[in-house]
Amino acid sequence: MIRMAEIPKEEYLEKCTTACAGCTSSLTLRYVLKAAGPDTVLVVPACCTSILQGTYPNTAFSVPVYNIAFAAAAACASGMSEAFSSIGKKTNVIVYAGDGGTVDIGIQALSGALERGTDFLYICYDNEAYGNTGMQRSGATPMGARTTTTPGGKTDAKKDIDRIVAAHNIPYQATATPAYPKDLFDKVKTALATPGPSFIHVLAPCPPGWRIASDMSVAVGKMAVKTGSWVLWERKYGELSISAPSKGAMKKRAPLREYLSLQGRFKGISESVVNELEQSIEKNLARLAKEEAGEC
Amino acid sequence: MSDPVAMSRPRIGAAGKTGTWRTFRPVVDREACNACGLCAMYCPDGCINEDLEIDLDYCNGCGICAHECPKKAIRMDREDK
Ligand SMILES: Cc1ncc(C[n+]2csc(CCOP(=O)(O)OP(=O)(O)O)c2C)c(N)n1
Ligand code: SF4
Ligand code: SF4
Ligand code: SF4
Ligand SMILES: [Mg+2]
Repeated sequence: MIRMAEIPKEEYLEKCTTACAGCTSSLTLRYVLKAAGPDTVLVVPACCTSILQGTYPNTAFSVPVYNIAFAAAAACASGMSEAFSSIGKKTNVIVYAGDGGTVDIGIQALSGALERGTDFLYICYDNEAYGNTGMQRSGATPMGARTTTTPGGKTDAKKDIDRIVAAHNIPYQATATPAYPKDLFDKVKTALATPGPSFIHVLAPCPPGWRIASDMSVAVGKMAVKTGSWVLWERKYGELSISAPSKGAMKKRAPLREYLSLQGRFKGISESVVNELEQSIEKNLARLAKEEAGEC
Repeated sequence: MSDPVAMSRPRIGAAGKTGTWRTFRPVVDREACNACGLCAMYCPDGCINEDLEIDLDYCNGCGICAHECPKKAIRMDREDK
């Protein structure tokens, strides 16, 4: 018998979804549902997750899913959360949305729900492009990444949705990646135990989109953290703490090139774009370190 | 009574037998294994159980288990045609 981390054994995704081999968004959802348990409703705007449920009249998801139009996910969750509380139910309402559906198309509904103090958890799984429709660039695509609509590499920077969400001063906010499943699991637990709105931004390496082999997606997620390209942290009632894997990475960072060179989407990236990415990592790390130390 | 809205119900195999996608099959060397559980933890589809049995009806052969195994105890063997 193998050892299992202190995480419930129950699976809420029936074998199997139609996700691509090596999809870390599926891996994310596996741990989100383990943390949330069966008394949960997922609200899913159009994205890969709409498709990977399977085809009507069957679904691979054993919790109820409300599939809804892009721009409406967080608004739908507001109504649903109110309805549950009016009948005295504690059912978890979780929006599970892609980056396109969050940082671009669903941003006003998200902002509205955060401002209204909706009791829900919004999870953005970020594969850094519009995956389901064939990998067009989104606001969350990083600079230098090739997508089908940025064949020469994206020239704009990744939109910083975490700072936009932070401006709403919500009770709980975090980042995660399923390369560190226990960290992700714990953050979902904390988010659901915190009344009011919570937001978790999950980096989800995507084999076809990032042009990596299917067995490399977890390794790429670890490398994102080790290079500081992705920083794991949580902010509870305004108090920021950097999570253990990123604490380690900040002491001795792996060179950014080691992350970029694993991925076909960064093939041929110019030295100047690598420098810009490096500078934005340094700025972000400095800002987070200062905030954690209470200096801003 | 019929459902008031179009509603799907949970079922194993809702998306078909994804094991048919596989071109490489994970094979565990139990001698080399230290029972750390990382392979089962990282399988995106939860295809590895506590006894380290892999559900080949659904394992799509992604290879993450083999790549993440610290003991290199999982081999990916090409499927016969
Ligand atoms: C209003 C609207 N515009 C466009 C689409 C087509 N569409 C469906 S899924 C999708 C991509 C969503 O990208 P993202 O939110 O990043 O999720 P991912 O597919 O990457 O999981 C698009 C553009 C749609 N369904 N509705
Ligand atoms: S395109 Fe990417 S995110 Fe979508 S199912 Fe495939 S691996 Fe997952
Ligand atoms: S090859 Fe992929 S799907 Fe199959 S058991 Fe290993 S991790 Fe799971
Ligand atoms: S990851 Fe490797 S060593 Fe650990 S339980 Fe799986 S096969 Fe055994
Ligand atoms: Mg996306």
